[in-house]
Order: sequence, then C-alpha cells, then structure tokens
Amino acid sequence: MPPPQTTETAADRCRRYRRRILDISQSGVPLHIAPAFSCLELVDAVYHDLMRRSGDGGSPDTFVLSKGHGCLAQYVVLEDLGVLTSEQLDSCGRPGSILGSHPDYGVPGIEASTGSLGHGLGIAAGMALADKVRGDDRRVFVVLSDGELQEGSVWEAMMVAPSLGLSNLVALVDLNDFQSLGRTSETLPNFYPIVDKVASFGWDCRDVNGHDNGAIVEAVRGRTGTAPTMVLGRTVKGKGVSYMENVPIWHYRSPSAEEYQQALRELEAAAEAEAARA
Amino acid sequence: MRDTFARTIYDVAKKTNDVFVLVADISPAGSMGPFRAEYPDRFINVGVAEQTMIGLAAGLALRGFRPFAYTIATFSIYRPFEQVRVDVCYHDLPVTMVGIGGGITYSTLGGTHHAQEDIAVMSGLPNMTVLAPCDPAETAAATWAAARASGPVYLRLGKAGEPDLTAEAPDPFVMGKIRRIRQGRDVCILSFGTITKMACDVAVKIEADSGGSVAVVSVHTLKPLDREGIARVLGEFDTVLVVEEHAPYGGLSAQVGALAYESGARCRLQCFSLQDRFIHAYGSHAYLLDKHGLSVDRITRAALAPAPGRSSVSV
Repeated sequence: MPPPQTTETAADRCRRYRRRILDISQSGVPLHIAPAFSCLELVDAVYHDLMRRSGDGGSPDTFVLSKGHGCLAQYVVLEDLGVLTSEQLDSCGRPGSILGSHPDYGVPGIEASTGSLGHGLGIAAGMALADKVRGDDRRVFVVLSDGELQEGSVWEAMMVAPSLGLSNLVALVDLNDFQSLGRTSETLPNFYPIVDKVASFGWDCRDVNGHDNGAIVEAVRGRTGTAPTMVLGRTVKGKGVSYMENVPIWHYRSPSAEEYQQALRELEAAAEAEAARA
Repeated sequence: MRDTFARTIYDVAKKTNDVFVLVADISPAGSMGPFRAEYPDRFINVGVAEQTMIGLAAGLALRGFRPFAYTIATFSIYRPFEQVRVDVCYHDLPVTMVGIGGGITYSTLGGTHHAQEDIAVMSGLPNMTVLAPCDPAETAAATWAAARASGPVYLRLGKAGEPDLTAEAPDPFVMGKIRRIRQGRDVCILSFGTITKMACDVAVKIEADSGGSVAVVSVHTLKPLDREGIARVLGEFDTVLVVEEHAPYGGLSAQVGALAYESGARCRLQCFSLQDRFIHAYGSHAYLLDKHGLSVDRITRAALAPAPGRSSVSV
C-alpha cells in the first residue's frame, strides 16, 4: 500500500483501503469483504475525522466495531495509522496470526472483542458511562449493522443510554439493507422506517449517505450534544465492486484471481472518472 | 446474605474507590442506602434490562471500574448469558455477577426463578470464578474476594435471614480452598451455599444416632475447585457425603465423584443433590428441598444405611 498522500481525499483513501482489502482477500482465507466495503467510509470517518488526535497519534476517544464481521475495514485503517503492521494484515486468519475474522480485544487498536451481534452498543455505553462519571472528556464511537438492529439487546441499550445521559456516545449504523440471507427490509418490512424509532428512544438520530465522508462528519459534528447520537448511514453492501454490490453471497466469500483483477480495474476506473470530473 | 452483601460492598467502596453497582430492578433495597447516599453516581438501576446491565458492566470494567451486577440469580446469568460469556469472560474483566436466590431459594416463585444449574453453567465458562458462601460471614468474605479478583466472578447468594455457621469454624475463609467449618473424624460432609445449614444439621443427627464424629466442609469456591483439599478429605475419611442444592450434573457431586476415582479414594461416597427435573411445587424452601429428596432425615438415613457391597466408591 503506498504511503498516504497529504492531498489524498477521503474517497481516495477509501479506494486505497478497498484495494488493500482485495489484496488480503487473495490469501485464500475466507473473509467478510462486502460487509467491510459497506461500512468503510463510516469507519474511515470515525478514525480520520471524528476521533481527536493527541500529539503522539493516540486519542482520548474510543472506537468499537459492534458489527465485528466488518473488521477488515478497521484493520486497514489501523494499518494505515501504524497501529497494525502489514505483516499482521497479510497473515490474517492464518495459523499464528493475531488477526481473525472478528476483532479481538488485546490486539493493538481493538478496544472490544465483537463478532456476536448486539454486544457492542452495551459495552460502548458502559465505557461512555465510566467517562461521564469520572468527568473525562472522552467520546465513544460504535459502528453497528442494520441486521444487528434486529437484536433485542441493541434496543435495551438504546433505551438505557439516553436515560443515562450518555451524550458522549456516538453510534453509526451501516444501513446496507442486507443480512446474510437477503434484504433486511424484506426480512422484516414492518421494522421500517428506522429513524423515527431511534429518535423516539431519545437519540439524536440523523440519516445520511453512508459513503459520503462529508455527510457523515457533518452529521456527527452537528449533533446537539445533549443526547447520544445515532447516524444512520445508507450504504451499499459490497460498495465499489459491481459484482459484489447487493449480492448476498459476497457477505462471506473471497474473489477468485480473475474477479480480483476485475475489482481492481473497477476501482481504477472509478478513480479516473472522479479525477476527470474534478 | 443480601444485607451482608450490601454492607460489605459499601465497605469495599470506601477502601477501593472503583466499585460500581448495577442492578436490574432487583436490589437489596434498604441496605444499599449508605452506598447509594455516598456514591450516587455509582449505583444504577438499568431497569429490567439484564443484557444491558452486563454490557454496561463490561464497558465500565474496560475503563477500570470494578462493577457488581446484581439481580435474582436466574436473571443475572441466564437471561444475559452471552453477555456474561462474551462481554465479561472473553475479555476476562473483573465483573462480579451477583445472583440472589441461588438454587431454589425462591420457593414460592416457581421454576422461572430457580437457579438450580447455575454452578454447572458458570463453571463451564473460561476465566470465571464461582463462589457460593454458606452464611452471612462467608458472604462478606466472598464479596471481598470478588472485589479483589482479577477476572469475572459469579457470586451465588441465598436470600436473607441465613444463620451463622462459621463463627466457630476451625479454618479461615481462603478463596480457592475448602474450609472445615465443623470438626469430625469419621464422616465428612462437603457442601456449599445455604444448604450447608442442612449439612450441619445432618452432622448433628448422625452423631446423635450413631455416635460417630462428623466434619462439615464449606466448598465456597466451586471454581477453581480445591482439588487437592477435596482429595485429602476423600483419603482421610471413611465416609464422605456431598450435599448440594444443585442439579446432579456439573456441580460438586459430579466433580467429587471424578476426583474420588482419580485419586483412588477408598472411602464411601454418597451424593445428595437436587433432582434433574423442574418441580411444580410451592411452599417453604425446606419443603421444596424435601420435594427434591433433600432433608436431614433422609440424608441421615441414607448415610447410616449399610454400604451396598464394598466397592471403593458408591455414588
């Protein structure tokens, strides 16, 4: 992966991350590619634009990936930040590796073990509660999936967090409209619309394009600050690679060598088209 | 036990400054008063939301607090089982799940409120320590032990009004070690939790009926089990009884049976546990235990009956 350019936009950066994820996918280890592609801009925005950085590159803020199966998105950002090494990412899922298909607490940069859905919001709320009780100026960011919203434990935490006044808690939901077996909106159609449900629990809830860095950052920065915030990011599962987009099988499948080349060509073409527009 | 826990947690908080108490709409009401008055920010009723209680506890522990998550035993570990397993045990965090009404203490509330397989379920979890004190004094000691533990603890308590059993105990409470609470030479009864009172009554009755001398041991730490201590008991006594308010699988009986075999014990071993069934009965705690086959008379009779043959172990 080439070193980040100072003029690199969030879109450039995320394209670079997608290429890196595709590279890792060629190791032969099955990994969740499409779920990482859908939440990539959300994860990227948290790390690069929303978490505050101290002089040594550390942060008082915390990131928890509640949709743990999207962890390739987190791994590539942590690699970029120098928290994980290239060797660690290259060996992901292989014998002796510290990295698997779900984030594991104790690995550098991983603040909570996730993988089973419906756990991250409660843990993040506990962290935010601790910070509030101690009067520490820390923010806790947590990324969930829309399938995960079907877990009852999420709604317990949704009920409790505003009542505890956890205005230092920011949740971002990867609303890609897919779960393992099909469209989320077709699985439980009466669950929609979501934004009013979240707001009715006392959250500051905003609905944005989840692949638009500017929109994500603006939604979080523009929060009221009096309640926990939930940004619903509308996304496309498998975003950036045509044959993966909205095709359920790519939830848990790695591209063949030929498919890998095609994916790289598509990302390249998208970059060129964007440059031409600019 | 309930009030002792509340008083002890207040003492712990005064000395350690990192205690946090979470309850899920069940609380040792009056006795938590001093703690709540002094640390209002560190007592939270999350509502009837046990999964979030444990999730919050894990998050608090990740930030350096030492949370105690308190409710009726079934709701502190069964409802949020995966949160206990993943959020607490997988992260190896110093969170104590406090289960009030362990076993079938809530004898009028029915099977929904009976934690009769809790030791087996909690002992199966990596990193978990399982404590079941037998009386109020041991509850205080176990609460302190939980407050000093480096990882997760399940603290199984009774309810209220339990008698003192340990004031004259020859051994002190040491986490991870069995504790002789009554001296004897011929028979030894291993027990834990509130049913240890029945074990003590059995000891008195066996002595009265047979003239033998009966020891009682509190196995307050079910995990890690004091295997050496139990093996010593199995080697030292002619007869060893296990009396437990727990399902026959995965509790003390099963583990002592295995230890007896592994250690080549020659004693007679008899185990008395709850039955492997839900009972649809209501009444006093003693009445329900009796329905499960556990009473002083029945255990005494079985213990004094001639051994069937002379196998090394009869379970």
